[in-house]
Amino acid sequence: MSIGPDRGRGSRILTDLKGSGGGQRSVLISLASTLVLAVVIVALVVTSPGWPAVKEAFFNRQVFEDNWRGILDAFGLNIKIFLIAEVFILVFALFIAILRGLPGPVFFPIRMLAIIYTDLFRGVPTILVIYILGFGAPALQLSWVPVSPLFWGIAALVLVYSAYVAEVYRAGIESVHASQEAAARSLGLSRFKTLRFVIVPQAVRRVIPPLLNDFIGLTKDTALVALIGPVEAFRQSQIDVAATFNYTPYVCTAILFILLTIPLARLTDWLIARQRSRQLAGGAR
Amino acid sequence: MRLRRTGLASAATLVALLAVVAAGCGSKSSESASSTSTTASPTKCGPGQLNLLARGGDQLTIGTDNPAYDPWFSGGTPKGSSWKYNDPTTQKGYESAVAYAIAKQLGFTPAQVKWVVVPFEQLFKPGPKSYDFDVNEVSVTAARKKVVTFSDSYYNTNQALVAIKGTPITKAKTLADLKKYKLGAQVGTTSYDYIVKNIKPDKQPAVYNNSNDVNSGLKTGGIDGIVVDLPTAFIIVGAEEVPNSVVVGSFPAKGGGDHFGAVFAKGNSLVDCVNQALATLKSNGTLKQLQNKWISNAGAPVLK
Repeated sequence: MSIGPDRGRGSRILTDLKGSGGGQRSVLISLASTLVLAVVIVALVVTSPGWPAVKEAFFNRQVFEDNWRGILDAFGLNIKIFLIAEVFILVFALFIAILRGLPGPVFFPIRMLAIIYTDLFRGVPTILVIYILGFGAPALQLSWVPVSPLFWGIAALVLVYSAYVAEVYRAGIESVHASQEAAARSLGLSRFKTLRFVIVPQAVRRVIPPLLNDFIGLTKDTALVALIGPVEAFRQSQIDVAATFNYTPYVCTAILFILLTIPLARLTDWLIARQRSRQLAGGAR
Repeated sequence: MRLRRTGLASAATLVALLAVVAAGCGSKSSESASSTSTTASPTKCGPGQLNLLARGGDQLTIGTDNPAYDPWFSGGTPKGSSWKYNDPTTQKGYESAVAYAIAKQLGFTPAQVKWVVVPFEQLFKPGPKSYDFDVNEVSVTAARKKVVTFSDSYYNTNQALVAIKGTPITKAKTLADLKKYKLGAQVGTTSYDYIVKNIKPDKQPAVYNNSNDVNSGLKTGGIDGIVVDLPTAFIIVGAEEVPNSVVVGSFPAKGGGDHFGAVFAKGNSLVDCVNQALATLKSNGTLKQLQNKWISNAGAPVLK
């Protein structure tokens, strides 16, 4: 999506296809060129010498029919992990972002901690956080520490993604003009109330598209929780692959993830487009 | 394989026929071995007539995964080795020893045996293979036979249960007693299949990438017990891979137990020669001898 006269291209796909006047011809051209490209790619793949073997190994109808049901069931766990983690991330990350924005020398150590937290968890690969927490935390053998791998898998995702999302929130908070805070304070709102009623609502609205973007990433990273035991869609497909010596279950899992992420991606595009049109209209308001 | 590239359908039927023949041979290979004389080997397995990766036929390429685990591989790693835990070239450990014994039968010196790393999931990828055959404790199953060709079994085993000493699960006497526990296994193993098909626990079993992670699962209390093949179970306990653990028992073989076979590219004619070699090693007692040497034959109570 380049900035320029053509901006918002991705999000205009849908409106274009509805046939908005002058768009008709460009729709036809884009459809034709897409078709040509698709045919060329498919022809290249299908005529390659190894295609029959690849087709048998990755796109085996029988294996697909035998296994998709079990993988779909396991995919429920991915969605469960995603939904639980997302709620905690939204709350926890906002908390971190606000801590990081606390003014004054008194709060220096707290700001410092928030910075260390985001640096640390954005720096360490998610897969390592899951391993370290999943096998490390229960090994402490403290009676009040949960041993459930699912618990620690979700905890790891919350910690990692909160670091990213806190930065997104912070960008949103910092994008709210200083005059907003000054005006609110001069009206007699306390610092907390200013944050609660003036700054955060504006900030959050601005960062919804990048937030959704992070959540698309989160849906895929739910598969990493499998490393410490839980059987989700990826693990289930791995089990099926090993049982059949055929990779079709992986393709099945990929399709499931795509079915989940594409609606999210289109929603993000739509929100970005709506926001841009609002901002453009804002000048005249 | 290379000869039969033309005509997919006919290749498929040929391959299916071969699989049937191989399956038929598998069950009675020992009798046929004792009935045929061991000296007369058909000409196609003679020097220079093997279907090998290496042109010139002076090298046998054998695959296995890295790390190479005890007791299948043993003897540690010499300095500078790229293998973890054990280096297959030491000829120590059961699978390494069997591989070299097969190589000897086929007319190779130990120096002519080359080992390559083949992660489990690459065993069955489409296209050319990087190995002549692979030994990696792969259990022979009907579904897998559709994709690769297996040799006759070089080891038969049952699954077993490992747990921490003194925990409630160690009191279990039957499969039904195990239903209420959280069990774990390595991904892609027949151990996992055994849990799902025969124990049918109330809780979804945990599944891990490799045996180290399975051990961690037991150590950290994520699972109550590990299901694994019996020889590996004795290593987990004996080498204290999981401290304070115990082999609770072995499981009755359902569907005939586990048969480890060497893996070949589908239809590779080399399998006939390796099967002949295995038959000889069985009839002259070499396999039994190697089992006694490398695999613990300590008994374990059978969970009914």
